[in-house]
Amino acid sequence: MTLVEIRDYRLAFDTFDGTLHVLDGIDLALEAGQTLGIVGETGCGKSVLARSLLRLNESPPARVVSGAILFEGQDVLALPERAMRRLRGRRIAMVFQDPASYLNPLLSIGTQMEDAIRGQESAAGEAKRPRRAIRDHAAGLLASVGLAEPHRLLDSHPHQLSGGMRQRVLIAMALAGNPSVLVADEPTTALDVTVQAQVLALIAGLVKERGLALMLISHDLGVVAASCARVAVMYAGTVVEEAPTAALLANPRHPYAQGLIAAVPDIDNPAHKPRGIPGSIPNLLKPPTGCRFHPRCALATDICRSTKPALRELAPAHRVACHHATPEHPGP
Amino acid sequence: MTAPLLDATGLSKTFALPRTAFQPARKLTAVAHVDLSLAPGATLGLVGESGCGKSTLARLLLRLAPVSAGRIVFNGQDITSLPESALRPLRQRLQLVHQNPSAALDPRLTAAASVAEPLVIQRLASGSALDDRVRQLFAEVGLGPEFLRRYPHELSGGQKQRVCIARALAPEPQLLVLDEPTSALDVSVQAQMLDMLAELRARRGLTYLFISHNLAVVRQVCAEVAVMYLGRIVEQGSAEQVLGAPRHPYTQALLASVPRLHAGTVPTATPSEPPNPANLPQGCPFHPRCRLAEPACRTGSPPPLVNGLACPPSS
Repeated sequence: MTLVEIRDYRLAFDTFDGTLHVLDGIDLALEAGQTLGIVGETGCGKSVLARSLLRLNESPPARVVSGAILFEGQDVLALPERAMRRLRGRRIAMVFQDPASYLNPLLSIGTQMEDAIRGQESAAGEAKRPRRAIRDHAAGLLASVGLAEPHRLLDSHPHQLSGGMRQRVLIAMALAGNPSVLVADEPTTALDVTVQAQVLALIAGLVKERGLALMLISHDLGVVAASCARVAVMYAGTVVEEAPTAALLANPRHPYAQGLIAAVPDIDNPAHKPRGIPGSIPNLLKPPTGCRFHPRCALATDICRSTKPALRELAPAHRVACHHATPEHPGP
Repeated sequence: MTAPLLDATGLSKTFALPRTAFQPARKLTAVAHVDLSLAPGATLGLVGESGCGKSTLARLLLRLAPVSAGRIVFNGQDITSLPESALRPLRQRLQLVHQNPSAALDPRLTAAASVAEPLVIQRLASGSALDDRVRQLFAEVGLGPEFLRRYPHELSGGQKQRVCIARALAPEPQLLVLDEPTSALDVSVQAQMLDMLAELRARRGLTYLFISHNLAVVRQVCAEVAVMYLGRIVEQGSAEQVLGAPRHPYTQALLASVPRLHAGTVPTATPSEPPNPANLPQGCPFHPRCRLAEPACRTGSPPPLVNGLACPPSS
């Protein structure tokens, strides 16, 4: 069953300097229980896309130019704010990058967890429960994300927690509404590598236990490869390739995806020299015509400069947006 | 064997934490008994998680922070307690590149002015010689003359980092300390930066102390690696040995935590997180997280670094 479907979604930011064409015709789907990774470099629009699912991009400056984001067949972009509140957290929950800045330093973990749970219950129109029951619920959530002594933790403040514990608390809050989709935007970027491994294991466990659909946003191909069955590569506001993770890593078809994979240093194989991608990301005030990657692409021809390539299915479930990628040849 | 360019013995740094309403005054040992030697032309990678003291160690080596104990010898000269005036000419030989190029550049100076600044301060060039020198440095880091008059906000992250490297190279240093030089950059830009650093080193015969939490990057750049945990070096040796066949349980845990592109599964997690450096456990600082910890690891003083390993074999 398709839970989330993004159709030809275009988003622009109106700024004093002009209009930033941030997302340019995104087509993506997330099935129930599926794990989808979204990778790309700074400014490719991956976070803006993630926030779009919950309509968290402030408008203005954000302006939807076209397209639809369907959740269980309902267009999220057209929902009234009241209905949106029932969606946020209860159906689609989100975890953000920097756990320190999403917790209020003045309030105890317990108060913040209670707020999250009460907010969810009131949005759903449920009857008020006594504080004791809500606290127990909160402690249960903390225990489910692997935090020891949850009742004691409820009385502590964010500064007493390590970075990894804070991220666990935020994941516990995200679970308060018992969502079916978890959107995680760079959930481990602020964490050390040993703690990152713990949080990735936690997310993988929750996905399995609760049958969550996961959309994981990351700039780190390794993180996405470890956590997601499918992956979409974004460049300058477009999806350039989408495929099962193993297929994409073994046989990337889009020149940008190829470049991105070749740029990652391999710790187990130091003989592999990472290669950079020449040039730099385009200015989205005046994005390149046609394929947005063409100014940096070694294969670019006239058609790349004039016509935007559509995402085409070149192998089963393997879609590529490149004029030069063909089904016969492995890679363009 | 050639004389080391930089040699540190028994280097320690303690910070006094002031008494607060909630806690008595305490001492935090950020760096403890570190011995480090850099031969001319060496590339030493310093790895470890945040708070392990790697940046503090770098600041000590550059005499940017006062040393609590130990000795630093640079080019045969003891610089441990050299006064600032005597240190100044030496600073030309020891340069630092910071992690975040956006914070390291003055937003009100053009790229050319930033690169010229050390040359002016050190009175190494002036007038048209200064302009020529700056142009040359820009060319060396792969920036065309069109970048000379740009301000930091007109540069990308990679270009800013190139300016920072040009500035560090300006006084012709022998040793470059690179503190997480690529962690603020995208991976496609990082690869270009690593290429450039390798080229510069070959051309100028530079010595690198390369600080990073990214083990794969260190493996690309460095011939030697030192692994730090809570202020101590726990393993040291050739990159091939330390990152290829790690012996210390902490190094093993670090390596196992790195997500691999083709593994298809979540990496192996090590339990818990580093303890508070102001409140270290007895014995080996890693024992609360170590899968091999024995009763002997939990008592006494931390194990010393012997043959590049601070983990006594179980008897």
